[in-house]
Amino acid sequence: MQKAVESEAEGVLIQRFLAGEREVLHDLIRPYERMYYLQAFSILRNQEDAEEAVQQAMIGIFTHLSQLTERDRFKQWGLRIVQNESKMMWKRRRQNLYESIDEGSSDGSGEMTSYPKQYADWRDLPSEAAERREVREAVARAIGELPGIYREVFMLRDVQQLNLAETMEVLGMNESVVKTRLHRARIMLRESISPIFAKPERSVWERWKRMNPWFAARR
Amino acid sequence: MVRCKTIIAHLSEYMDGDTSVEMRQKIERHLRGCRRCNAVYDSTRKMLVITGDEQVFEVPDGFGDRLHSFVDSMLANSESH
Repeated sequence: MQKAVESEAEGVLIQRFLAGEREVLHDLIRPYERMYYLQAFSILRNQEDAEEAVQQAMIGIFTHLSQLTERDRFKQWGLRIVQNESKMMWKRRRQNLYESIDEGSSDGSGEMTSYPKQYADWRDLPSEAAERREVREAVARAIGELPGIYREVFMLRDVQQLNLAETMEVLGMNESVVKTRLHRARIMLRESISPIFAKPERSVWERWKRMNPWFAARR
Repeated sequence: MVRCKTIIAHLSEYMDGDTSVEMRQKIERHLRGCRRCNAVYDSTRKMLVITGDEQVFEVPDGFGDRLHSFVDSMLANSESH
């Protein structure tokens, strides 16, 4: 319901923009600023470039808003423009390098983990786990290290919390591709951050004691 | 008993509430009896709580201000043309 009210208000803003009230663009983009930045940053991994890509995307939004026929889709439409601008910038930046140093990690052709190897139980995480700086940084770094094709899906679904249909629209991908990549992204990310959250291994003595309770009881 | 491999392959869909009723029941039955799959499920669930937290990624200070002043100058430019 709330969502419907929001997109209705958004529709009115778009209407006003197209009628010549250009300054409502500020109000239109305000709810999505954070999303725009995070999406650009997840591709470019550099603050300055991410900000520049978002600014370029604003020009795209400004110029093409009249072409947006389904006005309740401004969120995914705008994000798609940010996504495309960021990817274009990423390509330009890469052309400036003699050779790509992390081609494998960005196009997903590198080693891929689609089956778990770590089975340790995780500690019970307090709800404020994400408030701890080292946790935040480690998780953000691990997401940044996912191959690009998995990272973009993970960012939209599990960080930005877009639903499946919205994610498909932003990325221009079909359902099965989004689902498969999301699944792999989750498995890979879980693997890489497991060591941080895993319960400490029992000591050899404790494990032995569990296997031989009769001996431990005698001591 | 469904194999672990099948469970893991459907885990993501299961977490998104996107499996058939039959598959959901199979997964839940398996998770109750399989410590390893249950550890994978539980830790993935915990991971998603963290990654969904707004605090994991921060937007740089002043980003919003810089963005809106860019929009201002863009609008001013478009009017003068």
